[in-house]
Amino acid sequence: MSEQTEHLSGGDMLIRALQDAGVEYIFGYPGGAALHIYDAIFRQQRVEHILVRHEQAATHMADGYARATGKPGVVLVTSGPGATNAVTGIATAYMDSIPMVVISGQVANEFIGTDAFQETDMVGVSRPVVKHSYLVKEASEIPRIVAEAFYIASTGRPGPVVIDVPKDTTDPAQLFPYEFPDSVTLRSYNPTTRGHGGQIRKAATALLEAERPVIYTGGGLVQGNAGSTLTSIADMLGHPVTSTLMGLGAYPGSKPHFLGMLGMHGTYEANMAMHHADLIFAVGARFDDRVTNDPAQFSPDAKIVHIDIDPASISKIVRADIPIVGPVDSVLPELKRIVNAEMARDPSRPDRVALAEWWERIARWRAEHGLDHDQRHRNGAAGSLLPQQVVQAVYRATGGDAYVSSDVGQHQMFAAQYYHFDQPRRWINSGGLGTMGFGLPAAMGVQFAHPDAVVACITGEGSFMMNMQELSTCMQYALPIKIINLNNKALGMVKQWQDMQYGGRHSHSTYRDALPDFVHLVESFGHVGYRVHDLGELDAVMADVFGEKHKGDLVFVDAHIDPDEHVYPMAIRGGAMKDMILDRAV
Amino acid sequence: MRRLIAVLIENEAGALSRVVGLFAQRNYNIESLSVAPTEDPTLSRLTLCTSGDDSKIEQITKHLNRLIEVIRVVDLTDGEHVEREMMLLKVRAEGVMRAEVKRTCDIFRGQIVDVAESLYTVLLTGTSGKLDNFIRALPKTAIVEVVRSGVSGIGRNEKILGL
Ligand SMILES: Cc1ncc(C[n+]2csc(CCOP(=O)(O)OP(=O)(O)O)c2C)c(N)n1
Ligand SMILES: [Mg+2]
Repeated sequence: MSEQTEHLSGGDMLIRALQDAGVEYIFGYPGGAALHIYDAIFRQQRVEHILVRHEQAATHMADGYARATGKPGVVLVTSGPGATNAVTGIATAYMDSIPMVVISGQVANEFIGTDAFQETDMVGVSRPVVKHSYLVKEASEIPRIVAEAFYIASTGRPGPVVIDVPKDTTDPAQLFPYEFPDSVTLRSYNPTTRGHGGQIRKAATALLEAERPVIYTGGGLVQGNAGSTLTSIADMLGHPVTSTLMGLGAYPGSKPHFLGMLGMHGTYEANMAMHHADLIFAVGARFDDRVTNDPAQFSPDAKIVHIDIDPASISKIVRADIPIVGPVDSVLPELKRIVNAEMARDPSRPDRVALAEWWERIARWRAEHGLDHDQRHRNGAAGSLLPQQVVQAVYRATGGDAYVSSDVGQHQMFAAQYYHFDQPRRWINSGGLGTMGFGLPAAMGVQFAHPDAVVACITGEGSFMMNMQELSTCMQYALPIKIINLNNKALGMVKQWQDMQYGGRHSHSTYRDALPDFVHLVESFGHVGYRVHDLGELDAVMADVFGEKHKGDLVFVDAHIDPDEHVYPMAIRGGAMKDMILDRAV
Repeated sequence: MRRLIAVLIENEAGALSRVVGLFAQRNYNIESLSVAPTEDPTLSRLTLCTSGDDSKIEQITKHLNRLIEVIRVVDLTDGEHVEREMMLLKVRAEGVMRAEVKRTCDIFRGQIVDVAESLYTVLLTGTSGKLDNFIRALPKTAIVEVVRSGVSGIGRNEKILGL
């Protein structure tokens, strides 16, 4: 230990360690057990603390920040209710493999286990939804634990890490030598850094020999920052690409070779192609049940290549013929080199004739039942818009270049179907857990990360009301988010299932007339509100909202949409991917 | 199918609860679990007895490996291995039963480790199957209390599960 070693309290060490880990923002909410830490925050300038209005929202903000930047989001909450309020957001991040570090205050070590005021076993409560967790025993461990937490959260398959910090370990009166570790090594944690060469070669051969290939990309491709490499491989071969909800944008959505999203509400052509393929080339996707439908009937003729950082994802639902464990940003460049070299050596592969036939079939599927991008011949019920029209208007007004967060429900599927993302990390969405209330705080996290970017939140009135208190946080920090509320006056997705599976019995999926006047609501927080229900004014409103006029404003657009609209296609439960309901008549 | 899985894990507070939590959370069953520190006090060694088909066991081992504190996981039933379990029983030993219990105990190479007026305490080690057989060999009414350690296992030959 050198002469200059600083001596800091546990609270100061914690904040200093966050600085040394490169943290810009902490999203948090104070309380008794966290007060020493809050005092440490007060006495420094380098890390900015954002005061939220509910701890769940703090976790979604950190999550949105992480999704948009790839860097871990940081949360600070107090013990007991502060910690338990954060759990939904931790679970959301866990399901989508989002790097996050959550620091929770805890009662002092000597009180742990006594049912002390605001004591909850946070390590226990969060255990099933974290990548790892720590309970600080001694203040001196804090720098090491923080360094490990960031390392674990952001490497391998990323995920949330909880650090539970008993109050005594942040005592301002006790000082300890501070040293932040330069690097972290853990003998029990060594994430794979390269894929198996022989397997990658086999995968290249499979790509070159396929006659009816589909490249199926997921969130891992976004997280692994390998979208552009995958795009060049796909384009080189002329293969069709489809994506999960989580992977949108990794392969550009406006390219003709993109089949659209696959799965439960995926496009007809994507799901038909998956079912009839002879090669499924899965990259950073996990064969979720919302994708595969009945796994036993999944792609009966396909050879399956599966690339994933997490061995536990491989062959979990569908057995892979060629499994490759490794990070996509090292596996795909290696694969690209091999495919390139092979194509130069043997120009007869891939089989262009077979591929052309395959594309013809896809084109037919697309022509028969592709997404209806020309909604203008249809109209919403009198005095309302179609949700698809609204999403398309947002797409036009933003030039397809916004960050778009969403919530959960029909509006989310319409957003995913009709906003075409050309870049990764633009579509910010809770796919795995499907957390209503995610959209607004996640958009806020994105806006903090990219203050000058256009950030839109396409939400539904049900989801919006789950975290609308954050309008106050938006006021405090002047966040110019554009909220597009697809207002169908109902828990639309629930209602759709009730229409389709419960004889139209709408058990508790509508609110009668108990919705607020959203325009007045947002105005009371100092924001701008618009109401729109006429197709004729839609583009003009969107031009205002996303134009110079409201550059610095939070604008809320309450779009009155047809309450009876359903999301299609929709997978028929228990069927294969090819089995879809295509419209209401069926 | 019955499987014996050996796990080397950091000997840290909370590590064991992650293993047990994983089994509960993913709906895997634990038939028995034995755990103790190794010769290196920073390490613990677990032997988990579970059951499932190949794909289930594959998932179990993969998920165990995913736990940050887990260092190595081996399915001992994949290869040759030695496994033993220890059992302590209190058995009623009165009248004719006193000699009978002693005889059965000898046949199974058990040891009587404590003697009371009407009870023997028997120590028996062996495979789980042998312990089951011993219990079956005694009259049901004779057994008053049973405690089993759960199986411990180790690979045969040169196979070593270490750091
Ligand atoms: C926290 C939470 N509770 C319940 C659900 C179940 N759920 C899924 S979609 C949905 C309705 C969402 O309503 P709204 O936000 O208005 O969207 P819409 O479907 O009407 O577009 C519900 C209740 C959920 N996903 N998340
Ligand atoms: Mg709604």
